Amino acid sequence: MDLNNIIVLAIIATSVATFISRFLGAVTSERVDANSKLFDWFNLVAYSTLAALLSRIIIFPAGVLADAELIVRLLVLVCCIFIFIIMKKNLVIPTIFSAILLSVLTSI
Amino acid sequence: MINSKIFFKGLKSLIGVRSPAIPLAACFIALGALLKDAGLNIQQSAASSFFTYALPGQLVMAESLLIGASIINIFIAVWLVNFRLYPMTVSLFPLLKHKSQPKWKYYLSCHFLAISSWLIAKDTYKKIDQKYRIDFWMGIGFGTWSTAIVATLIGFTLSDYLNKDIIIGLAIVNPVYFFCMMIGAMNNLKITLAVILGTTLGPLFYLFSSEWAILFAGLTAGSVSYLFGVRDGS
Repeated sequence: MDLNNIIVLAIIATSVATFISRFLGAVTSERVDANSKLFDWFNLVAYSTLAALLSRIIIFPAGVLADAELIVRLLVLVCCIFIFIIMKKNLVIPTIFSAILLSVLTSI
Repeated sequence: MINSKIFFKGLKSLIGVRSPAIPLAACFIALGALLKDAGLNIQQSAASSFFTYALPGQLVMAESLLIGASIINIFIAVWLVNFRLYPMTVSLFPLLKHKSQPKWKYYLSCHFLAISSWLIAKDTYKKIDQKYRIDFWMGIGFGTWSTAIVATLIGFTLSDYLNKDIIIGLAIVNPVYFFCMMIGAMNNLKITLAVILGTTLGPLFYLFSSEWAILFAGLTAGSVSYLFGVRDGS
């Protein structure tokens, strides 16, 4: 199979694999009441899964982020969270700062 | 059909001090450059963000293509990495439900579910009348989704001008933004515990299984915090 067809198939496979979870979520939601214990459990699992994914990205990154040292990645994250807190939860400044700080630290 | 006033209210969450547009654009610009490296043309890159719109899954696809993995392997790996979208949808959509709203809105707009839109919706849904929350959500989702597609195109086009240090810088923006938003959402003990446990268990479980780590860590940390809440009586 030529590369172009493989890429198209990969895009379809990725999109279907992703939409399944979203669609099943929408279908399940029809039967879940927002004040139920089940909803509460799903909510906590969602937050935990997100936290697990994000800390995995920082500690064991895939792709280019792996080229920056672990200590540098953690340093950038901690600095930016600190800025976020002292800037009264402004999200724009810490996120822009994180890119600049990491670019500078990895280039030296 | 769609209440346009509420829809635009949702769309407006793209601007302001809590804007997700910058971090979203940063990571999808980096993705656009990566997709070009993986051999995709500009239409295919845009289609990937249009139809998939889930960064970790698209990263898995790009890297799998680079190492020549089979389509079935790509499907399973992406399904595993994006399965988080299932509990995320179930923990948001019941809040947006209203019996006067047609089902197609829910089935169609679930495609907009991503970490950024989810966190914004969780943060702001209470301000909107229950009847129109789905329109508000469609506004948020449409805004974040289109930002991602445009940024992918920009990243693809600019890839020759982006050096490695810039790409690395762009790649950290997203986790930093999400961590900050999650810390902002830690307004009760159960959620705080869920976030702290998830943060700890994610990398720990990764040492044993790279594919199942996130799923198991999320399930374990979420269930423990739930039981903690039950015991605590809250």
